Amino acid sequence: MFASIMLIVMLALLATAAIAQAIDPLPFRDHAEELRFQHLTSELRCLVCQDEDLADSNADFARDLRHKVFELMQQGESDDQIKQYLVDRYSDFVLYDPPVNSRTWLLWFGPLLMLLAGGMVVVYTIRKRTRAGTPAAPTENGDDW
Amino acid sequence: MTPELGQLALILALLLAAAQCALPLVGAWRGNRALMAIARPAATGQAVFVALAFAILVSAFLRFDFSVQYVAANSNLDLPWYYRIAAVWGAHEGSMLLWVLILNVWTVALALFSRQLPEVFVARVLGVLGFISVGFLCFILFTSNPFGRLLPMPPDGADLNPVLQDPGMTFHPPVLYMGYVGFSVAFAFSIAALLGGSMEQSWVRWARPWTNAAWGFLSCGIVAGSWWAYAELGWGGWWFWDPVENASFMPWLVGVALIHAQAVTEKRGSLRAWTILLSLFAFSLSLLGTFLVRSGILTSVHAFASDPRRGTYILCFLAIVVGGALLLYALRAPKVAGGKAFALVSRESAILIGNLMFTVAAAMVMLGTLFPLLGDALNLGKISVGPPYFGLLFPLLMLPVVLLLPFGPYLRWGKSDAPVLKQVLVRVGVAAVACAIVAAFFVQGQLKAIAGVAGAVWVGVGVVLYVVKRWRDMAPGRRYPAEMAGMLLAHVGVAVFLIGVLLSESLSVTRDVRLAPGHVAVVGGYTFRFDGVTQATGPNWVAEQGVVTVTRNGAPVAVMHPQKRTYSHEQVQTTSAIDPGVTRDIYVALGEPMDANHVEGAWALRLYTKPFVRWIWGGGLFMMLGGFVSATDRRFRVKRETEATQTVTGVLQESKA
Repeated sequence: MFASIMLIVMLALLATAAIAQAIDPLPFRDHAEELRFQHLTSELRCLVCQDEDLADSNADFARDLRHKVFELMQQGESDDQIKQYLVDRYSDFVLYDPPVNSRTWLLWFGPLLMLLAGGMVVVYTIRKRTRAGTPAAPTENGDDW
Repeated sequence: MTPELGQLALILALLLAAAQCALPLVGAWRGNRALMAIARPAATGQAVFVALAFAILVSAFLRFDFSVQYVAANSNLDLPWYYRIAAVWGAHEGSMLLWVLILNVWTVALALFSRQLPEVFVARVLGVLGFISVGFLCFILFTSNPFGRLLPMPPDGADLNPVLQDPGMTFHPPVLYMGYVGFSVAFAFSIAALLGGSMEQSWVRWARPWTNAAWGFLSCGIVAGSWWAYAELGWGGWWFWDPVENASFMPWLVGVALIHAQAVTEKRGSLRAWTILLSLFAFSLSLLGTFLVRSGILTSVHAFASDPRRGTYILCFLAIVVGGALLLYALRAPKVAGGKAFALVSRESAILIGNLMFTVAAAMVMLGTLFPLLGDALNLGKISVGPPYFGLLFPLLMLPVVLLLPFGPYLRWGKSDAPVLKQVLVRVGVAAVACAIVAAFFVQGQLKAIAGVAGAVWVGVGVVLYVVKRWRDMAPGRRYPAEMAGMLLAHVGVAVFLIGVLLSESLSVTRDVRLAPGHVAVVGGYTFRFDGVTQATGPNWVAEQGVVTVTRNGAPVAVMHPQKRTYSHEQVQTTSAIDPGVTRDIYVALGEPMDANHVEGAWALRLYTKPFVRWIWGGGLFMMLGGFVSATDRRFRVKRETEATQTVTGVLQESKA
């Protein structure tokens, strides 16, 4: 049992070693480039963290990857090229915006299918209830709102 | 009081919960009044023992009893008393105990305020709540005992995660659980209705105030969590579409649908089966949320627990509760659509469409949250689903809801007249377009911000027009019954929320800068001057505290003190400084010194200006208030008071006999 306490302490120490580097001033050419960088890093996953994006992560790994993204931007690569560069190395897992392909069609079109199915049920219900009879005339005393 | 007494209290609570579950249900089935009468005393007794167990755990934290493993793992000698109390629910075991405690609070409240309901019905409702309690008490006793001993007793404990040492965290879990667990009442009402086979509208009227109150608590809990993420995590974000946030958001979305469906069923008798199904969904999603957070299946910033035994247990419990409820539904749900007929243009139709959008939105959030887990389990490769996915689909699904919202109060039950609606359409449309054009000049043509202003005016003007109409048409005292006032408040909340989200998202400015003392940076029209770093100390931390002076056009605005704290167990936590305002927040977070050996030199800082960000939580609080105000409507009580006197006399006669 004491071991588990020690483990917690060790984990805490490890976390300490790699913290507080998310704030990372980089020499951007102009504000537009900075905005582009902020947008891009917020759509990329810090692979060693628990569900954090690159922009907000304190991990060393995230900082290195942020700097790589910055470097690629300086070389004039487009957002898509930079994403492709990262996907080639770290798979689609790095993208918070999963690409539409055979594995993700359910993810992207599932809500649409649910909406269509639900919509048909709603239309069916309304039609049935419309035909069920003349809707009762609402009372006009103002309490039946 | 020794921790073993806490353990004993939990075992006794489990036995009473078993009695509260089994005996009244059998009694209701066999028509045995003696068995049914056990429900209330058993529930009260259970609550007493659960509260005792909880108090014993709190006292163990307050007395630094590190011989209790849970206390040693989550607190230490330096932790101030208020965070030692919050530490009770800072990790898995204690938060499960809190869950059961809150379930008991709801159960006792229900036992107290249900004297006037039919005896058989109350017996069934309390029986169902007892079943849920049995499930969670077994979970605590067999897999997550908070009273386990740690021998030899360590001289000092570990630390509560510093992220949790924040006023928001003392408050967020209990309120959120009040919401989660509150849906168990609506669930129990539905199961009782299915068991009894009585689908009268009356049970929906009894369930409505409970559902509204639970939803109000859930709104409040989500707002508190979002505020905590904003103020404490130091990233200036207020919603990350993190799986644990989604876990609380799904029941909230279904809760919105449920509140509206209950209104239809209670007032018009329509959509009975759908209302029952929604109450089953709302509570199932609350359980799923608990499962997602507590099983360790997610690797997210919130999920601290990881123990496969626990995961398996909750999954089985989830399967029994959800599967059992759905099976019962399939067998007993009303097959014949009852209630009054309605036309295409009617309030029923509008609520039905709103219900569709909210349930699909909840399903979308669930799909996006679980899809990576499914892909992982089925070896389809790891993928991430994050803010770009939810941020695209959620607004699309909510657009029809916002468009319909101003018409809601004007629509009549059954059938509505088109001319009134056209008048409303013209008025809110003109107001929205006019304000959008004015706004366009202020926000440099940012489309998102213009849409925010237009949307808020569209919704807000609709509500205001209706308030004015009621004021004119109705006699004083009959203008705004609590139920309607709650609805209007919640709908105003939507307008406030739209302003907050869309304006802060589009107009916020973020910059990471390196500043030497005396240097300035300009962000969003504000000048930030860095005046170096000093030392600060708190009860259990020391901090490097930056001093940042903010001015605008030379006039002083604020002096801000962002900190980088080192807690007594070497954990480092940044604490950002926020200058709040109605129209904007200024937000500063302190990073690292550029040269670790020269803390008096330049530092990395993150500076934000966030226009209207507070309106996000303001909107949420309006919605919460709406839920609570609606729940107090006299209509939910008046009719029962006459019945109540009869029941009370009946009970008195019985006790005399």
